[in-house]
Amino acid sequence: MAFRNYILVCGGTACESSKADAIYQNLISECEANGVSDEVQIVKTGCFGFCEQGPIIKVLPEDSFYVKVDPSDAKELIAEHIVKGRQVERLLYDKSLAKKHAKVEDIQFYQKQFRIVLRNCGSIDPENIDEYIARDGYRGLERALFELTNDEIIEELKTAGLRGRGGAGFPTWMKWNFSKSVENDVKYVVCNADEGDPGAYMDRSTLEGDPHSVLEAMTICGKTIGAKKGYIYIRAEYPLAISRLEIAMAQAREYGLLGDNILGSGYEFDIEIRLGAGAFVCGEETALLRSIEGKRGMPTPRPPFPAVKGLWDRPTVINNVETWANIPVIIAKGGNWFNRIGTQDSKGTKVFALTGKIKNSGLVEVPMGTTLREIIYDIGGGIPNGKKFKAVQTGGPSGGVITDEDLDTPIDFGSLVKAGSMMGSGGMIVMDEDDCIVDVSKFYLDFTVEESCGKCAPCRIGGRSLLNILDKITLGNGTMEDLDTLEKIGEAMKKGSLCALGQTAPNPISSTLNHFRDEYLAHIVDKRCPSGTCKNLVTYSIIADKCTGCTLCARKCPVDAITGDRREPHVIDPSICIKCGVCFDVCRFGAVLVS
Amino acid sequence: MAKMTLEELRRLREEKQEALEKRSIEGKDFRIIIGMGTCGIAAGAKETLDSFLKVLDEEKIKHVAITQTGCMGLCHVEPTVEVILPDMPSVIYGNVNADVARKIVEEHIVGKRLVTDHMYDRPAVDIITGGGGK
Repeated sequence: MAFRNYILVCGGTACESSKADAIYQNLISECEANGVSDEVQIVKTGCFGFCEQGPIIKVLPEDSFYVKVDPSDAKELIAEHIVKGRQVERLLYDKSLAKKHAKVEDIQFYQKQFRIVLRNCGSIDPENIDEYIARDGYRGLERALFELTNDEIIEELKTAGLRGRGGAGFPTWMKWNFSKSVENDVKYVVCNADEGDPGAYMDRSTLEGDPHSVLEAMTICGKTIGAKKGYIYIRAEYPLAISRLEIAMAQAREYGLLGDNILGSGYEFDIEIRLGAGAFVCGEETALLRSIEGKRGMPTPRPPFPAVKGLWDRPTVINNVETWANIPVIIAKGGNWFNRIGTQDSKGTKVFALTGKIKNSGLVEVPMGTTLREIIYDIGGGIPNGKKFKAVQTGGPSGGVITDEDLDTPIDFGSLVKAGSMMGSGGMIVMDEDDCIVDVSKFYLDFTVEESCGKCAPCRIGGRSLLNILDKITLGNGTMEDLDTLEKIGEAMKKGSLCALGQTAPNPISSTLNHFRDEYLAHIVDKRCPSGTCKNLVTYSIIADKCTGCTLCARKCPVDAITGDRREPHVIDPSICIKCGVCFDVCRFGAVLVS
Repeated sequence: MAKMTLEELRRLREEKQEALEKRSIEGKDFRIIIGMGTCGIAAGAKETLDSFLKVLDEEKIKHVAITQTGCMGLCHVEPTVEVILPDMPSVIYGNVNADVARKIVEEHIVGKRLVTDHMYDRPAVDIITGGGGK
């Protein structure tokens, strides 16, 4: 026999520490006292995120979401909610939840996420076209083929206010309109699935979870601009996404949703997959197009823009996966529906891959205008192991860091730039006090230097010079002039590089110099790495007074650099020590000194 | 199926929507949906799938449809599994290894009790069906 109600008590570590266990026990005894034990199951769950509002309790099937619950509230929750069927309003996260609302988008859900791009991810079987169709799939295409003129489709996109999700944020309707307006008997539609930012996997997940959304969007675009052929450029490192795309394309062809005479409309469109070899620069649109053409993947100067003169010099609309995934919903529900979500200058949602020093890492989609603090603390659950938040990196190798003082900025294309970073494609890496900011900059620069195609000198030579200087600083050989040189080279690269890769490569440096100049100075002047990351600047030693001679560090040291008798203070031999930090981590007496 | 016309597409959508609402796939009214994106598979979703198949076979339970889906976004607790039964709220379980899969069959599917310590929250409201849950 199933239960009438289920009470979920959040058992994440944060809630656990704020008396979740006592609540759990009280709920059980209250159920017994009220004689409803066999009607209600009380369950402990994993972390719900939202730890700031903990302890959290959710009651099913009503979906009532109670926050900041105290063990003494158990009595009222059982007596009111379970026995009488009335929600305990004072504990509800948002009191408006108790009321009925006409439209989904008007409801203030406790969830900070709103999923447009990921609407089907984690809910449909991506290898079954019927499940996509059942969830309003190909509704947008229906409207595009039979109900809307091409101008009206562009008008819907304009009303929606959709901007490109690949990073630059260019209005999508304008791109489409350029290509549509150019007279040419052959035009192309291209999907940029060459996702390359370290730590970013939004596009991969979208393609793996909902491949038809991209196929449908590209077909709508083909009809609008007058193209019969589309290409999906995807890196070969994404085999599962590729195979799901291939299955989806075969099913769409079988159903007559790709190919000749789509749904009997007389209109034709088909899509081919092109595999990239994983060069970061091929995510740049002109380099990507050259790669599809079979040439070496190197950028070409713009203008001419691809919308006018792109693939094989034909007008080409190129959008990124996330942009495409928005389009079927916009066309099916109308631009006005989409326009109401987000901020003045950025409409809709943005998907972020939340990684790094964060409790609940994951793929999150939030309306534009959500703050970074909400993403990191409410959705992400904050920083693990009681460490302190240091900064969050957005925009990948082209972006920068955002510190605590800017965490309350509502996220949109403009505000992130103002805060010294950028939206980028959606990688979001959280750093704590253990991360060295110079080392982080070096990591990103290492990446862009490795991935520079070498065509233009500012990027090829400038990037290498910047990296050499950072190397020098992390080794403890930096000088004050180096800081000026970093800034000077950075400026030159921003102005002189051919494509965004070189133009934005200095961003991680300029942004960290701006926010964490002290840390650069510590490396240069004091020859010290405050977080203990830069090995050349760190020495490990044992404080004799604190050492109890437990021998734990000596046993754990991988290179036997620690010696000492039992119950006697131990000593680290700096000539053998590889500075791995194991002794520091295992010492229970705080006797290991990092300096 | 052969190529469809507009009318046929609309009819198909209605049929499938009804099936989703009734929560029944080809007469099977219990559903186990396993997150099988790269992230889920890397975390062991295939072992989870095998375990479900094995335990359901052992328990001789035949009316369960097991399907796959993409990434739900809960990367920190992969593999994730959604369990949908008639008369019970549909729930998401995280960190579902082979042993937890067995527990889900024994406790949730047979015993009609939710499995403690492994439930996670649905990340967002569904914009297609309009509800908080399904």
